[in-house]
Amino acid sequence: MTAATMMSALPAEHRDRLMRIAREVNVPVGTRLFQEGGQADRFWVVRTGTVSLDMYVPGRRAPVIETIGHGELVGWSWLFPPYVWQLGAETISPLRAYEFDAVAVRAVCQDDPTLGVEVAMWVGKVLAHRLQSARTRLLDLYAPYGSGTGTRG
Amino acid sequence: MTALPVPHRVVDRHRETHDTVTLRLKPVGEALSAFAPGQFAMMYAFGRGEVPISVSGIPRDGDLVHTVRGVGAVSAGLYDAQVGDVLALRGPYGTGWELSAATGHDLLVVAGGIGLAPLRPLIHDAVLDAEAYGRLNVLIGARGPAELICRAETGRWPTAYTGVTVDRPGDGWTGQIGVVTRLLGLARFEPTATTAFVCGPEPMIRATARDLLHRGLPADRIKVSLERNMRCATGHCGHCQLGPLLLCRDGPVVGWDIAEPLLYVREL
Repeated sequence: MTAATMMSALPAEHRDRLMRIAREVNVPVGTRLFQEGGQADRFWVVRTGTVSLDMYVPGRRAPVIETIGHGELVGWSWLFPPYVWQLGAETISPLRAYEFDAVAVRAVCQDDPTLGVEVAMWVGKVLAHRLQSARTRLLDLYAPYGSGTGTRG
Repeated sequence: MTALPVPHRVVDRHRETHDTVTLRLKPVGEALSAFAPGQFAMMYAFGRGEVPISVSGIPRDGDLVHTVRGVGAVSAGLYDAQVGDVLALRGPYGTGWELSAATGHDLLVVAGGIGLAPLRPLIHDAVLDAEAYGRLNVLIGARGPAELICRAETGRWPTAYTGVTVDRPGDGWTGQIGVVTRLLGLARFEPTATTAFVCGPEPMIRATARDLLHRGLPADRIKVSLERNMRCATGHCGHCQLGPLLLCRDGPVVGWDIAEPLLYVREL
């Protein structure tokens, strides 16, 4: 499964409508984009740079779950009630991105159900891809015997 | 190619990770025939047995370089070999990557874990003959930073893009985290004029090949290295059979156009 980008997932007409809501942002390295549990009121599409996703674990530094890079979507919690971030995010290199106001995008999706379905499909594909990746990593394929049991020479 | 194990002395030993070592081996007597990148030798640890290990370096002086992960009785014996010890090799066996067939193409090397070892001599050849090829991309996935091999040289390869990603970063890792296929979006290649070389755990090979097909690479331009239970290495015993293929003879390097229909038959 290939990760769905906004460019590949949305037809030009609908992409243009969304881009009219977007604003270009430059974010310094080490900036917290959002905190787990906060209100998911924005999302980003990365142009250049890398964002790490992390999870709060009491008593230790938040472990990084995954990194997000060029062309990829940062944030999906804005699409589904209760619009609360499920993870934290931080820039680990200078970030150039398109930032979208989630309330405005949801309103556009409500006004134009066709666009709304396409946006939902886009985010759904992103989620499916990340779920598949997470499941693959659970297999611990690089461990001896791919984390299973076996006999080898 | 010889069916008899030929003694080789360990002349250099480089510890790659806690369970992986790279050995440079010098023939004690007559050298084996020349190896091509992607081919393998049967490596014999005296008193323990032999296992198939792909060549990970082909110096011009007749020495051979093999990278071994000590995960079983025989490979642990190979891992334990010290400089001055004698091991035995027979080979070369199997099909190679056939880099020359990718002349004029962008090159996409995708390695998972110790799968980088069989690809290393291909990368060396591509760097040495850079004008024959388009952009060289090297994508590496590993369990964690401590499990990365060839660390001293990966950063020095003159590629259009070298990406490294790990599953379990641990403290201090500032690089990419996630599956190796996500690096494909960062690599620089023209899908219709690219040849891909993929080696790693089979689910990683399948995921990479599916992604590359989706991006427009023809299946026969995706070369994968497959692993099965190789015993005789001469196409006689049948232990490494995959459908109509005997992978010691018809592989380990196979085009995805041939491999895909076979890998999805579970009875094989």
